[in-house]
Amino acid sequence: MSESTDLIVVGAGPAGMAAAVTALAGGLRVVLVDSGTAVGGQYWRHPPEHARAAIPTDDLHHGLREYRALSQALSAHSRRGRLDLRLAHHVWSAVREDDGFAVHVVDRRDAPRETAGVLRAPRLLVATGAYDRQLPFPGWDLPGVLTIGGLQALLKGGGVAAGSRVALGGTGPFLLPVAAGLAARGVDVVAVCEAAHPLAWLRHPGPLLRNPAKWTEGARYGATLARHGIRVHPRTAITRAEGGDRVTAVRIASLRPDGSPRLGTERQVQVDAVGVGWGFAPQLDLLVPLGCALTDAPDGNAVVAVDGGQRTTVPGLYAAGETCGVGGAALAVGEGRLAAESVLADSGAAPVLGRRGLSAVRSAVARQRGFARAMALAHPIPPAWPAWLSDDTVVCRCEEVTAGAVRSACTGGGAHDHRQVKQLTRAGMGWCQGRMCGPAVHCLTAQEQAYTPAERLVATPISLGALADIDEEH
Amino acid sequence: MTLKVVVVGAGVVGAACAFHATSAGLDVTVVDRGAVGSGTTSRGEGNILLSDKEPGPELDLARLSRALWDEVGEELGPDSFELDRKGGLVVASTTEGLAALGGFAARQEAAGVRVEPVGEVRDVEPHLAPGLPGGIRYPQDAQVQPVLAAAVLLRAAVERGARFHPGEVTGAVTGREGRVAGVRTAVGDVLPADAIVNAAGTWGGEVGRRLGAPVEVLPRRGFVLVTEPLPPMVRHKVYSADYVANVASSDAGLETSCVVEGTRGGTILIGASRERVGFDTTMNPAVITRLAAQACRLFPFLRETHLIRSYRGFRPYCPDHLPVVGPDPRAPGVIHACGHEGAGIGLAPATGALVTAHLLGRPWRGADPAAHTGLLPNRFLTSGGAPE
Amino acid sequence: MSELIIDGEPLPFIEGQTVAAALVAAGRLSWRTSRVGHRPRGVFCGIGVCFDCLVTIDGAGGQRACLVPARPGMTVTTEEDDDE
Repeated sequence: MSESTDLIVVGAGPAGMAAAVTALAGGLRVVLVDSGTAVGGQYWRHPPEHARAAIPTDDLHHGLREYRALSQALSAHSRRGRLDLRLAHHVWSAVREDDGFAVHVVDRRDAPRETAGVLRAPRLLVATGAYDRQLPFPGWDLPGVLTIGGLQALLKGGGVAAGSRVALGGTGPFLLPVAAGLAARGVDVVAVCEAAHPLAWLRHPGPLLRNPAKWTEGARYGATLARHGIRVHPRTAITRAEGGDRVTAVRIASLRPDGSPRLGTERQVQVDAVGVGWGFAPQLDLLVPLGCALTDAPDGNAVVAVDGGQRTTVPGLYAAGETCGVGGAALAVGEGRLAAESVLADSGAAPVLGRRGLSAVRSAVARQRGFARAMALAHPIPPAWPAWLSDDTVVCRCEEVTAGAVRSACTGGGAHDHRQVKQLTRAGMGWCQGRMCGPAVHCLTAQEQAYTPAERLVATPISLGALADIDEEH
Repeated sequence: MTLKVVVVGAGVVGAACAFHATSAGLDVTVVDRGAVGSGTTSRGEGNILLSDKEPGPELDLARLSRALWDEVGEELGPDSFELDRKGGLVVASTTEGLAALGGFAARQEAAGVRVEPVGEVRDVEPHLAPGLPGGIRYPQDAQVQPVLAAAVLLRAAVERGARFHPGEVTGAVTGREGRVAGVRTAVGDVLPADAIVNAAGTWGGEVGRRLGAPVEVLPRRGFVLVTEPLPPMVRHKVYSADYVANVASSDAGLETSCVVEGTRGGTILIGASRERVGFDTTMNPAVITRLAAQACRLFPFLRETHLIRSYRGFRPYCPDHLPVVGPDPRAPGVIHACGHEGAGIGLAPATGALVTAHLLGRPWRGADPAAHTGLLPNRFLTSGGAPE
Repeated sequence: MSELIIDGEPLPFIEGQTVAAALVAAGRLSWRTSRVGHRPRGVFCGIGVCFDCLVTIDGAGGQRACLVPARPGMTVTTEEDDDE
């Protein structure tokens, strides 16, 4: 199959699903690769097909009609042999090769067994999404403190709530569906700490008014939270997690406009689990080594630069969804469709959407990008967040490098970006390769610039034996 | 009057030049467009090796450098840059290979290198594959964390009065009789200098050209593999005997010969590939799989170990694979200290001492210019003064 | 409910859950000790990015519990202080 592939799509979340379905509808042969055991990505995370009756999660989702339509289209194309769906396949490297791309995968369907392989196609579309952006605070490495995405993944993917009394903190609208989802499973959500000011939205009312669908979504979560008596506390943050072998309490403080805690406002709340998240960091691991140009997004991330048709600066390479700027599932679906239309056009195939359809998608994408921008500006990382760090707070969880060590690398060692801090302290050199601590170390060294992640030539760990086996084949 | 020296390059070689020159009382300014150790210095394993060097000018410099690394350790604290006197183990895969390795080691021993033949290599390195016919242990081989080493040397130089000046050197200012009087940077600064040290590593060719003293320094790309952190499994720097042949080779294509060693952080480093592809930064998965296969043959336990990272860099090499260290007769006041290929970390302190000796016009810390004439830039120059 | 074996003890799970979901469902939030500070760690990001939840599965180390689906009879061992 891979000999005759027209397009490889990496990532089967909203963007990748929509892109694959559009490209398939246009007659292309597609390989869709995803590390998960079901299509849907993080937003539409589901248990594997065979487990959906035993682990019901439909009520936790939003926009399921779209998900089902896309899933059914993918299944139909898969049955007809037009789509090669590779679930539980991780991509460890993607490189340009002759007239196309070689995508190096590791098949983990029989995990822990790993089998390496290579997929090749003239065009590549990367829709690898994003993960929660984290800011360290004292106690954030205690068991029971999770990312809000982690709480959501356990809930949507496994039907499991990580605690019975949960506090959530950070910034951004993602706090709301997580709170609503936990409440729907009987969890007592004792606090939702939103660092931003609720009136920040009013500075950019236009995008809000132009995106009524977001109101409906927001209102639905709002109603759920009200029904369960959950209050969102604006201008507050979880500044400390406490406990011995696991978290037993958090400290919550009111914040000044710069994000530093107001003295005397701190209160302790008993919990058995915590969720934290400060927006998202786009997953650029495959794109950066391919050499595509990046651009600064309003949320402080560097993202992939794309043209109006989602083409990156590398010929034959397309990107859609959060890799091009965090904006949510509806935007990702639109971008996926636009990207696939570009692939069709660049391959000499006829478009799937008519002219009117295409322009409707384009204007929806433009409108949703405006909303995403307003959302980013309304939910910034508070500039004074390092105020709640102590010198012994672990910043790099893998190598257990403290805030004090990072600070002294900057003052004594002369480091002025997260790469130099890594060389001097090992922050970001461990298992996760700085995916967790990178944005925070960046903020501690060069907050005024956008965060560009370190180049990672190996996008996911792979056993040397699996690599050796593929070498022996050649 | 104190000699004013501008060192171009804040890699480990430039830092060592600054360290020795300030120790000798000279007035030193280090110029780099990037941060300390951010070029090739950050892209190697931190090798201090005698084991891979044939008798000749490079081995002479390496032996001096090995002693000077110990001195640096005594002076600045060996833990501050993770100096690890772990020793090297070169293993042969065939009996013919073992015989050739034995002959090579005998010549090294005659040149002053300590060598210890090992019959059963698993006695000294228990996780090696069974059935290897033997090897040679080189107790003097060592390792440092290269960026820390460069940072520690530069900090010590700064504490002794050196300055760090961020910027890119664009040319030399010349005075009487064409002698250098300063360097010009991209933002238009002129730094006064009686001497300029070209310690720009892989970019030494370009910096030399800008200073009116072009030397041929070319990039040779290499990848290093980094595994997940493990409990200590590999004690020495372990490599196969064919590594020595590859280091000295001039073949343009891909060469890999696996070098395996542990680090203080628990990761295992696997090198080393050599490709002549200019400054092409593209990932080459074929190199990764080849090195993985070679490493697994040497240490079978690695099959279950995960690769978590890979990085690549560009070794600076001269056409004859020797560094170029010494004054350039075409541009009085310019002293080269570059082209160390894959041995820059190991050779840095002796290079710094030798450059300082050239600046002083007398031996410094055991470095006697008269003993290292084989490294002078003259060897590339015809009578007309242009590179051959 | 199916069962896997963790550190010699049976652990029930619903097929379709990951190893991490099975552990959390059973009330276990930590199952690893950090290398440097020997601190307890469990699931953090839940989506395969942070590597806090590493376990050994059927003899293979370095497996992310949050990604690997639990299977009946699977042997999971946790890595408590294994580099001592």
